[in-house]
Amino acid sequence: VLAALNPVVQEHLLEGRQMQALSFAVHIPLVCFGIAFPAMVLFAEWLFHRTGDPLYRLLARRWTRVMVALFAVGVITGTILSFEMGLLWPNFTATYGAVFGLGFAVEGFSFFMEAIFIGIYVYGWDRLSPRMHLLSGIPIIITGLTGSFMVISVNGWMNHPSGFTLHDGRVTAVHPVDALFGNPYFWHELVHMYLAGYIVTGFVVAGAYAAGRLRGRWSRYERTALAIPLTVAALAAPVQVLVGDWAARDVATSQPTKLAALEGLGHTERGAPEHLLGWYTQDRVRYGIRIPKLLSLLAFHDPNARVQGLDAVPPRDRPPVNVVRVAFQTMVGIGTLMALLGVFTLLVRVRRRRLPESVWFYRALVALAPLSVVALIAGWVTTEVGRQPWVVYRVMRTADAVTGAGGIPVGYATLAAVYAAVACGVVWILRRLARAPMDDGGSPPTAPGPIPGGAEA
Amino acid sequence: VHLGDVTMVVILVGLALYVVLAGADFGAAVWQAAAGRSPQADALREHAHESMSPVWEANHVWLIFVLTVLWTAFPEALGSIASTLGVALFAAGLGIIVRGAAYALRTGISTPAALRRIDALSAISSVLTPFALGAAIGGIASGRVPVGNAAGDLFASWLNPTSIAIGVLSVVTSVYLAAVFLAADAGRRGDAALARAYRLRALGVGAVAGAIAVAGLIVLRSDARGLFDALLTGDGLPGVIVSVLAGLATLGLLASGRGEPARYTAALAVAAIIAGWALAQNPVILPHLTIRQAAAPHDTLVAVLVAVGAGGALLFPSLALLFGLTLGGHLQPGAGASPAPPGGRGLLAASRAGMLGRAAVACLIAGIGLLTIAEGSWPHAVGVVALLGFLVLGFLAAVPGLLEPGQAAGGRPGR
Repeated sequence: VLAALNPVVQEHLLEGRQMQALSFAVHIPLVCFGIAFPAMVLFAEWLFHRTGDPLYRLLARRWTRVMVALFAVGVITGTILSFEMGLLWPNFTATYGAVFGLGFAVEGFSFFMEAIFIGIYVYGWDRLSPRMHLLSGIPIIITGLTGSFMVISVNGWMNHPSGFTLHDGRVTAVHPVDALFGNPYFWHELVHMYLAGYIVTGFVVAGAYAAGRLRGRWSRYERTALAIPLTVAALAAPVQVLVGDWAARDVATSQPTKLAALEGLGHTERGAPEHLLGWYTQDRVRYGIRIPKLLSLLAFHDPNARVQGLDAVPPRDRPPVNVVRVAFQTMVGIGTLMALLGVFTLLVRVRRRRLPESVWFYRALVALAPLSVVALIAGWVTTEVGRQPWVVYRVMRTADAVTGAGGIPVGYATLAAVYAAVACGVVWILRRLARAPMDDGGSPPTAPGPIPGGAEA
Repeated sequence: VHLGDVTMVVILVGLALYVVLAGADFGAAVWQAAAGRSPQADALREHAHESMSPVWEANHVWLIFVLTVLWTAFPEALGSIASTLGVALFAAGLGIIVRGAAYALRTGISTPAALRRIDALSAISSVLTPFALGAAIGGIASGRVPVGNAAGDLFASWLNPTSIAIGVLSVVTSVYLAAVFLAADAGRRGDAALARAYRLRALGVGAVAGAIAVAGLIVLRSDARGLFDALLTGDGLPGVIVSVLAGLATLGLLASGRGEPARYTAALAVAAIIAGWALAQNPVILPHLTIRQAAAPHDTLVAVLVAVGAGGALLFPSLALLFGLTLGGHLQPGAGASPAPPGGRGLLAASRAGMLGRAAVACLIAGIGLLTIAEGSWPHAVGVVALLGFLVLGFLAAVPGLLEPGQAAGGRPGR
C-alpha cells in the first residue's frame, strides 16, 4: 500500500468528493473577487487622486464595502477548505504533505498579508493620509497574485507530480521547491486562473450595473462603475481563449487521458476529429458536430498528429467522460461568448469612442454575470474531475486518500445548508449595500447614527 | 537541535497566538450578545465590535498558519488528528463560518433588533469553536488520538472528561481575554466608564476561569494521570507556574485599574499553559509517535523554516503596523479626517491614448505569435508577458475615454 496511513473502505467517497467540490465551488468565485476587485477599487481611488473628482472617491468607497464583505466570506470558506484537506483526505495529506504542503504554508502568509492590509485599507478610509491609504491597497493586489501562485502550484503538482520518491508508502528524497515551482505544468494553470479572476469579477460587476441601466439607472456614476470592470473583462476574455489553447496543448502532452476525456476520444488515432456538443457513449461521441482533424491540429499543431484515446489506459484509470466533457464544452462555449462580447466592446470603443448602446448588449452583460461564474466552475470541474480517479496523478488514487471516518453525508448536508444560508446572507448584504444612500461617506461613520457599527467601510 | 523540534516550536507559537488573538475575538462576540438592553448596552456592544473589526481576519489566519505548517512538517500526525477528530474540527469550522458571516452581515444591518439577533448567532458560534478546538486538544493531550486513518473513536476522542474540561476552559478563557483586551482598548480611547465596565467583567470571568482551571486539574488527575503528573511534577511545571503567576498578576493589575499591562500578562498566562502542555507531552506527539519520528524529511523542514522566516520578516512588521494603527485608535470611527489629495489633473491626453493603444496591439500580436504559434517554454513565457502587457496597456488606453464627463453625449474623445 502506497500510503502513510492504513487503507480504509469509505462507502461515501462520492459524497466526500462532492462536499469538497461544493466547498471549492463556493470559494472560487470569492477568490476571483480577491484577485481582481482590489485592483479595480484601487484604480478608482487613483482616479480620485489624479482628478480630484469626488465621484471616483464615492465609487471606490462603495466598492470597498463590497470588497470587505466578500473578503470576510472568502476568509471563512478558505478556512473550511484548509480544514477539509485533513478532514476528508487525511491520507493524501499524511502521505504527501511533506511534498506539497509548503505551497499552502506560503499561501498562509500571503493570506495573512492580505487580511492585514485589507484591515488597514478598509478601516483607514479618512483616517490615513490619502497617499498612505492608496499605498496600503497595493499589497492586497500583490497578495492576490502570490496567493493564487501558491495554491495553483499545489494543484499543478497534483496534476503533474514530481520531486519525491516513494519508499514503503512514505515519501523520501523530497524536494518541495522543485516539486511545486519547477513544474512545467503549473504555469498555464496559474495564468488561466489569474485571468479568470479578472474576467469573472469584470463581468459580475459590469452585469450588476448593466441590470441597473436596463431599469433606467444610468448616471455618470453608473457609467463609470460599468466602464472599469467591463473594459477589464473585454480585454481579458479574448486573451483567455489564447491561454486556454495553450493549456489544452499542455494537457495533451502531460495528461493525454484527460485530453481524451475532454474530447470524448475513445480510441487512439491519427488526424483525430473534434466534436462540438454531443454525448459520449460506447467509446465515441454521438449526436455531436464533427470537425475532421481539428483535435490533432489544436493539440499538436499538426492535422495528422496521433492523439491518445481513452483505450490507452484500463477502464478503472479513466475519468467519468461525460462529466468532464460537458464541463469542458460549457467552459469553452461561455468563454467564446465572453470573448466575442469583449471584442465587440473593444471595437465600439475604438471606432465610436464610447460604450455600446444597444439594449441587447446590456441584456447580454446581465446574462454573462452568472454565466462567467458557471464557466469558472466548469473549468475547475474539467481539470479536477478530469484528473480522476487520481488525487495525485498516476501516484495516489482518490479512494486511497479519503478518510475512514463515518458521517460524511451528515457533514456534506450540514455544510450545504450552512453555505446556502451564507449565500442568502451575501445576496442580502450586496443588495443592501447597493441601495445604501449615495453619500460620499466623507464624514467618518460614527456609532450614534441610525446604522450603529454598520458603516465601517 | 533537530529541525522537527524547531518546527514544532513554530507551530506552538502560532497556536498560542491563535488562542490569544482569535480567542479574544470569539469572546468579544459573547460580550456583544451579553450586552443586553441596559443604557450602557449599545456602548458595550459597539465597542466590542469596533475593537475587533479591523483585526479579526488577521487573527483567524493564525489557525490556517498552524494547520498548513502542521501538515507540511508533521503530515502523518495531521492526517491522524484530522481523521479521528474530524467531528470536533468540523464543528469548529462551522463556528468559524458563522462568526465570519456575522461580520460580513453586520455591515449592512440597521435595526437594533436585527443587530441583537446577529450578535446572538455569532455568540453561539463563538462558544462552539473554542469548545470544539479545546476538546480536540484534550483528545490529543489525553492520548486518545492513535496514529492511523480515523483509528480512534470519532466521538469519545473529544467527548471525554479531559476534552470537556479543556473545552470549557477554552470558552471561558476566550471570554476573559476579550474582556481584558476590551478594557485596555477602552482605556486607550479614554472612555473611563467603558474601561471600568469591561475591567469588572474581566475580574469576574477571570476568577471563574481560575476556578475552572483548578477543577480541570482534578479531572486530569483521574482521566489523564500521565499528563497530570507531567504538568505538576514533571517538565510541564514551569509553564504552569508562569501561567498561575501571570494570571494572578493580571487580576491584580485589573483590580488596580491598569488595563494596558493586564493585556500582556493575560496573554502570557494563556501562552504559558500551552507551553506547559507541550513540555509535559514532549517528545511524544501522538501515542507511539515522537515529534522526530513524525517530522517530514529534512529538505521539507528546511524549506518550511526558510519560508516561515522570510514570511515572518514580512508578516511581523505588517502586523505591527495593523495593531499599531488599531491600538493607537487610528482605525476607529472619528479618528480624524484626512486632507484632500492634490487632484485637478486630466486622465490622459488623446494622443497618449492612441500611442498606448498601438503599443497594446503590438503586444497582442507578439503574444499570439509566441504563445499560440511558437513552441517551447521561453517563447511561451515571453508570450504570456506580452499578453499581460496587452491587458495593462489596453486598459490604460481604453478606459479614460469612457470615463470623461461628456462621454454619455456620445463620441467625445478624451481631453
